[in-house]
Amino acid sequence: MSSLSERPSKPVVGQEIPHEAASQHVTGRALYTDDLVVRHPGILHAHPVQSTVAHAKVTRLDVEPALRVPGVVRVLTAADVPGVNDAGIKHDEPLFPDEVMFHGHAICWVLGETLEAARLGAAAVEVDYEPLPALMTVPEAIAAESFQGAQPLMERGDVSAGFARATRVFSGEFEFAGQEHFYLETHCSLAVVDENGQIFIQSSTQHPSETQDIVSHVLGVPGHAVTVQCLRMGGGFGGKEMQPHGFAAIAALGATLTGRPVRLRLNRTQDMTMSGKRHGFHATWRVGFDDEGRVQALDTTITADGGWSLDLSEPVLARALCHLDNAYWIPEFRALGRIAKTHKTSQTAFRGFGGPQGMLVFEDILGRCAPALGIPAHELRRRNFYTDGQSTPYGQPVRHASRAATCWEQVWRDGDLETRLAEVQRFNDSHEDIKRGLAITPVKFGISFNLTAFNQGGALVLVYKDGSVLINHGGTEMGQGLHTKMLQVAATALGLPLSKVRLAPTRTDKVPNTSATAASSGADLNGGAVKNACEQIIERLRVVASGKLGVPAADIRFADGVVSGLGTKATIEWDELVKAAYFQRVQLSAAGYYRTEGLHWDSSVMQGSPFKYFAYGVAATEVEVDGLTGAYTTRRVDIVHDVGDSLSPLVDIGQVEGGFVQGAGWLTLEDLRWDTSDRPTRGRLATQAASTYKLPSFSEVPAEFNVRLLEDAHEDGAVYGSKAVGEPPLMLAFSVREALRQAAAAFGAPGVCVDLASPATPEAVYWAIESARAGGWTPDDDVAVDHARTAGDRHPDSERETVGV
Amino acid sequence: MTDSPTVSVNGTSYSLHGTPPWMSLLDFVRSQGLTGAKEGCAEGECGACSVLVVRPDGDQASRWTALNACLTPAVAFASQEVVTSEGLGEPDALHPVQHEMAVRGGSQCGYCTPGFICSMASEYYRPGREGHGEGDAEHGANGFDIHSLSGNLCRCTGYRPIRDAAFALGSPETDDRFAARCAAPAPAHPTAEVTVDGATFLRPGTLDEALAALSAHPDAVLVAGSTDWGVEANLRGSRAAYLIGIDRLDELRELTIGEDAIQIGAALTLSEIERQLEGRIPLLDKLFPQFASRLIRNGATIGGNLGTGSPIGDTPPALLALEASLVLAGPGGERTVPLADYFTGYRQTVCAPDELIKAARIPLPLSPITAFHKIAKRRFDDISSVAVGLALETEAGVISKARIGLGGVAATPIRALATEAALEGSPWSRETFVRAAGVLREEGTPMDDHRASSAYRKAMLGTALLRLHRDESPQEATA
Ligand SMILES: Cc1cc2nc3c(=O)[nH]c(=O)nc-3n(C[C@H](O)[C@H](O)[C@H](O)COP(=O)(O)OP(=O)(O)OC[C@H]3O[C@@H](n4cnc5c(N)ncnc54)[C@H](O)[C@@H]3O)c2cc1C
Ligand code: FES
Ligand code: FES
Repeated sequence: MSSLSERPSKPVVGQEIPHEAASQHVTGRALYTDDLVVRHPGILHAHPVQSTVAHAKVTRLDVEPALRVPGVVRVLTAADVPGVNDAGIKHDEPLFPDEVMFHGHAICWVLGETLEAARLGAAAVEVDYEPLPALMTVPEAIAAESFQGAQPLMERGDVSAGFARATRVFSGEFEFAGQEHFYLETHCSLAVVDENGQIFIQSSTQHPSETQDIVSHVLGVPGHAVTVQCLRMGGGFGGKEMQPHGFAAIAALGATLTGRPVRLRLNRTQDMTMSGKRHGFHATWRVGFDDEGRVQALDTTITADGGWSLDLSEPVLARALCHLDNAYWIPEFRALGRIAKTHKTSQTAFRGFGGPQGMLVFEDILGRCAPALGIPAHELRRRNFYTDGQSTPYGQPVRHASRAATCWEQVWRDGDLETRLAEVQRFNDSHEDIKRGLAITPVKFGISFNLTAFNQGGALVLVYKDGSVLINHGGTEMGQGLHTKMLQVAATALGLPLSKVRLAPTRTDKVPNTSATAASSGADLNGGAVKNACEQIIERLRVVASGKLGVPAADIRFADGVVSGLGTKATIEWDELVKAAYFQRVQLSAAGYYRTEGLHWDSSVMQGSPFKYFAYGVAATEVEVDGLTGAYTTRRVDIVHDVGDSLSPLVDIGQVEGGFVQGAGWLTLEDLRWDTSDRPTRGRLATQAASTYKLPSFSEVPAEFNVRLLEDAHEDGAVYGSKAVGEPPLMLAFSVREALRQAAAAFGAPGVCVDLASPATPEAVYWAIESARAGGWTPDDDVAVDHARTAGDRHPDSERETVGV
Repeated sequence: MTDSPTVSVNGTSYSLHGTPPWMSLLDFVRSQGLTGAKEGCAEGECGACSVLVVRPDGDQASRWTALNACLTPAVAFASQEVVTSEGLGEPDALHPVQHEMAVRGGSQCGYCTPGFICSMASEYYRPGREGHGEGDAEHGANGFDIHSLSGNLCRCTGYRPIRDAAFALGSPETDDRFAARCAAPAPAHPTAEVTVDGATFLRPGTLDEALAALSAHPDAVLVAGSTDWGVEANLRGSRAAYLIGIDRLDELRELTIGEDAIQIGAALTLSEIERQLEGRIPLLDKLFPQFASRLIRNGATIGGNLGTGSPIGDTPPALLALEASLVLAGPGGERTVPLADYFTGYRQTVCAPDELIKAARIPLPLSPITAFHKIAKRRFDDISSVAVGLALETEAGVISKARIGLGGVAATPIRALATEAALEGSPWSRETFVRAAGVLREEGTPMDDHRASSAYRKAMLGTALLRLHRDESPQEATA
């Protein structure tokens, strides 16, 4: 066991405790950025002027009429930018564009004494457009060869040899939708300038350090002139990793120019029409199996719908390519990735970061082809699992491969699948217009940022003279329970009860140069850093205690606020020891640091070991479908998920359940529709509000929902033996989609193959049923895999490569 | 007006002076520093803004009613009592609802939580909640109806811990101050006219006053529950110069069950109608749980649902199948119009600018075989892509009468006359329904939009009859 992963006796980590702010949440006392408005008298409100066309040159912008609206104070335009007019890190996202790239693109911002004044001012601004052609779908972009960024190729072995070996070869095409984050709290930033000219921004951001970078480059001031604080977020899910920066920059620019506090909060429609979403993808594929259903080869081209700017699309694509295999051994493998440039919002990070999309392509292939192979889908999946010693198509050995099988067997046993599959069969045999489906699917998800440099974290731990402790770390809280876990880590590392430790909000002037709280890595990186800071302090206190207790420093133990020594009955209270240390002039604070060891990634060949470890999970879902409407209910879900040795079981179970339901939303219900017609409204997001974009509600909760954490799941390479949990459970929801596919198939003749659209809305399921009744999808080998790589970069060069969540 | 109007929030009185009529209760409480209630959508969909309001339960008692604060004008709450999550409890003295939510992991990011707390507290205090035995998929053993939370969205938790918290709730203690409040009548709504920034809100005391104001201000907008108007104001920036609040007019809040008709006052909310009818109209009982969410039904009135003239409202297809008429009141008195003649075009009706809907009349006896089929993406709280109300009678195995109302297939709600004719006089058999389904599929001109394709809408019209046949013919199993 490594010292990083080892737990002392009586650890606070592993205890099942509620969210650290639960009492504040339930009493409405927890503050979010927009709750601070009333604390800032004289604050100005910002309102955007949004493009009413999908793609056009702005030929005239007249802000004068806005200035005549009572209460309008100023209109911010490109002319006001002292630094760089760009909201991104790739310099392809002008903050104030002269060419609008999507319907809803903000052209300029109006500041008003009230939001009402700013709104009316924005409505008064006059804009003339010279329309340009707009591409709304991936097929349109492919036809127009409209791509952006690198087009990486991941290859192992020789696919033609694989296809030659295969006895069954199928090909197909699959286009599936993205997803709106719909964090309940929309984007919000509030900026003030203090007497020193220091700019202080409170922002709902997952990446305060990058928000700081962008604000400083827009304002043309050094990083030390800008401080960003994030109290907490009302949900992030990746949607606040890149997207908040421009909004923060607008607020900061407004505050700098007017000298007054400025608040920019998007309403829901603005948020939905302006901020990026999960990438939808298009895929063409060809797959070969042997007689036993073992995959021999996969050849595929996947094209992400990037929207109007690059944003995080390259690393999202890289992660998609790294997850096409999911939990399956694919000996000969070839996958080309491309990013379509379309006239939509700039698609971005969203829980899973491309991983779900990559996996969906292959899970869809397995679900579609299983009947053609005459093998039950669950058997086909299980047969193709990785075994220990195998490695991924990008060359990383699959650590703990057998854990997928362990989870699978437990779900099979606890969920009583053998019996229930037979029951489903009986039910379907005796019901003509209602059918059930029961599907089981695995998840293997790589943990770490693909880009090695991001795998570092920082923390600041302060012990005060009275023994109380304040911790700060570089991660942000968005509901995932990171702060709860960090308090538990600090209390464990210091041997203190939880009540002794307090946590202060995330600020760039406490912990600098942080990575985004993303890639599920928050607890791994910041936990490592918090632990490191605590251990520095403990090492110093050990010496003090050794003097007091008369035992060697190495024999001093810290637990539950009491300091003891091996071989002595004498003890000393933590508070006493701290006081003594102070008088001995021992430093009581420490900056902690952590970097993940053993990672490497070569994006020029798409090979390496980018992940510290893999998280595993398995889910089985049973659905019931009404053949007359396509409407369905989820009867039962069983999940076993691997979180290592859990740092905080209540938090982890919550992440698994929440991730699953969010994934089920993406795959079944959430239906992003853009206007693809040739009317003047072309490009408009048709589902731009909660009334038209439906999230899962209580009606989507499985009637029976059993979630278990895998036992004996220690992870040597992470803090206190735990594993990351934020993203992987989302992909457990493939089981819902596959269960729907199987239920739809039950309406057709035995052995029918079903092509199911994604999202599988009731309407989509209805059409799948109709198609199953009419013979279903024909398992042929007649779709060509589109191997076209356009001019430009084939691979990201190191300088332009970013990221990688 | 002598004193400026006030509203009590968490027991403290706040002045409404200077509050423009378009400002929502949510923005008002937040501007007063009570930031517990949140805005998640500003259109009644997410429930993050849910607050508790004291509303009448008969003349002598009241009940804690959860409402979407984002939709209702703050000025409509003059003299009312409002409680937010901050008022229910404190971090070191949690309300039982808050306690269960906190310890069971019911909050993650916490943004939806204050709204859930208020919706849950409303159900916690619902009279008659307990004593329904073991519970089922949608009810706890404690009688908690999970539909009471159908208007609250959470993006983080997946809802399971929230459901567990709800089902774990006990009963209010005997000294519970909120329970005690229910034993007294709800506060009155003082008659008032307030003008701020050129916009007026009038709360008339009588129907005659309301009609007089309507005649004097032809552009006046009537607001009842404001669940429709609130969305107009928030999302489309509609600002009326003159608003008339009719939701408290006694004349519009009566429900009478007579010999030959049931009359439902236009200003009764869907929740109130559901309670007062006590299952008397089975077709409406099938409709209520499918209509929006509990939060919306607590505010939305039947008059408002008809008043919008929307082709996708859910009550018209049901009321058409029930052969309802509307009682319209105007300066010249009252007139009764069959609902089938009421709609004249897209969002247009025969209701004159100086008239309002006073009541809906449903003739008795009712046809015994009824169904309400609503097709939507989400089971709870979604707008219909198609809605079908059905009421049938049989005599000796023959369909003697069929009334079918349709929503979402034309510019107005319509009766499916050709289908009715195809059913009437035919035997109750699968063949009849299959044949009639073919006719129903062709009624109206459904469109393609983001909710559904026209092909699916047509298909769903057809299958509505097959579903009715399946569900109402138990002896034939599932054929
Ligand atoms: C989240 C959400 C979900 C919804 N879901 C559904 C649904 O599932 N099914 C459905 O049918 N509707 C739904 N609606 C629409 C809405 O709730 C209804 O139309 C509601 O019944 C309107 O009643 P109200 O009292 O709130 O009307 P208000 O908003 O107060 O008024 C609406 C309009 O009706 C007019 N009006 C009101 N009362 C009268 C009267 N007595 N006489 C004449 N005109 C009058 C007003 O002038 C105004 O133009 C939903 C709305 C929301 C916000
Ligand atoms: S803010 Fe979403 S319902 Fe009111
Ligand atoms: S806890 Fe985040 S939305 Fe519910």
